[in-house]
Amino acid sequence: MGKPKVAFYWCASCGGCEEAFVDLAEDILKVIEAVDIVLWPVALDFKIKDIEKLHDAEIAVSFINGAVRTDEQEDISKLLRKKSGLIVAFGSCAHLGGIPGLANFVNRDKIFDWVYKNAPSVVNNNGVFPQKKTGVIEGDLTLPEFYDTVYTLDQVIDVDYYIPGCAPPPDLILKAIEAILSGTLPEKGTVLAPDRALCETCKRRETKPEKAAIKEIKRVHQVMLDPERCFLDQGIICLGPATRDGCGERCINANMPCRGCFGPTSRVVDQGAKFLSALASIIDTNDEAEIRKITNSIVDPAGIFYYYSLPASMLRRKLNV
Amino acid sequence: MCSGRIDPQFILKAFQSGADGVLILGCHPGDCHYKEGNYKALRRFYLLRKLISQFGIEEERLKLDWVSASEADKFVRTINDMVETVKALGPLKRIPAHTSTEKGTGDLQEIKIG
Ligand code: SF4
Ligand code: SF4
Ligand code: SF4
Ligand code: FES
Repeated sequence: MGKPKVAFYWCASCGGCEEAFVDLAEDILKVIEAVDIVLWPVALDFKIKDIEKLHDAEIAVSFINGAVRTDEQEDISKLLRKKSGLIVAFGSCAHLGGIPGLANFVNRDKIFDWVYKNAPSVVNNNGVFPQKKTGVIEGDLTLPEFYDTVYTLDQVIDVDYYIPGCAPPPDLILKAIEAILSGTLPEKGTVLAPDRALCETCKRRETKPEKAAIKEIKRVHQVMLDPERCFLDQGIICLGPATRDGCGERCINANMPCRGCFGPTSRVVDQGAKFLSALASIIDTNDEAEIRKITNSIVDPAGIFYYYSLPASMLRRKLNV
Repeated sequence: MCSGRIDPQFILKAFQSGADGVLILGCHPGDCHYKEGNYKALRRFYLLRKLISQFGIEEERLKLDWVSASEADKFVRTINDMVETVKALGPLKRIPAHTSTEKGTGDLQEIKIG
């Protein structure tokens, strides 16, 4: 039997997840030696035709990063599903919708108006807009259809495993690859990271408020951040209580609060609602007017609580945009 | 169930499952069996109201009030008021199912630049 075939693909992605593979440095060589790469648009020149020719499930595993927001991304994800034994949703965007998923607070028309007309840096006096189809001498050029809503990968195809993070850290990627190659994977549907909250391993947890403790919510640019004390105790929103552990507290160590890129633990469906609940229990007042004042001081609660997980949330998108 | 036990996920789940309005009723301040449950509910309530409005759900569709077991009249009034509010707002636009994209729904052919 030959080496296992592996595919890498990107959907609505920033490229950071591709970079994460390259960041495996010399370890990536070991991986490349052990497998036969059949698709990797960012690095190697394979065509979709090559994939179509493969038998069903001939690819051992496909790693797909990025959210799904065009018909092309949906089609290729479906093709890879058919041709692969395992599908791994790689990174926050594929797992939860990620940063591109914040577009679910608006819709396609609003995005196009902004990008091609209204953004202050745009000059488009001739009204040049992308078309689904453009005729040129060589024939018709087409662009993929752009959806109103951004989807997580598992809303479009069946996903076997998830590697969380924006981008996933090298140790988790290597562990996942080892598990795949050695056939020691956990139950299907597992997020391949520890199933506990980030706060449980955070160095600042000693100062984490257990009960009502804050009277004011501040933003990171408004205060000098204490490098030791729990962010919540400083009145700074930190999604640690609603976020899965496993990143090595990357943001916390850089003296920045967690924004939740690892998504929730397996016991939580809606990361934003879970954080809202945690926040409500540490607001230190029972006075209605004061509660309203504190609530109103959070400029964009939905945007922060669902920073990475809007498409995966219960409500998924804004209605009536 | 104590109002302090209402997980915000229950409220979102209700909207997701088709509710046009959600009414949370708790014991009067000072009367909570668990002492502070209703205050916790109050803090969650204001945060949730702001949150759902960002999802395009009118704040009035979520309401919190205090009604004790002996206040039959108030209970009836509160429910009737809520029904009136929701009727006036009309049904909430439904969120499409998680399992299908817009592909092939037909309204995607033309990108309208208005
Ligand atoms: S998860 Fe982060 S690094 Fe990966 S594609 Fe999305 S935004 Fe980029
Ligand atoms: S809330 Fe943030 S800073 Fe505080 S313990 Fe949790 S992860 Fe650490
Ligand atoms: S601290 Fe939070 S946002 Fe930062 S990498 Fe870890 S999980 Fe992601
Ligand atoms: S027992 Fe807590 S609100 Fe009624």
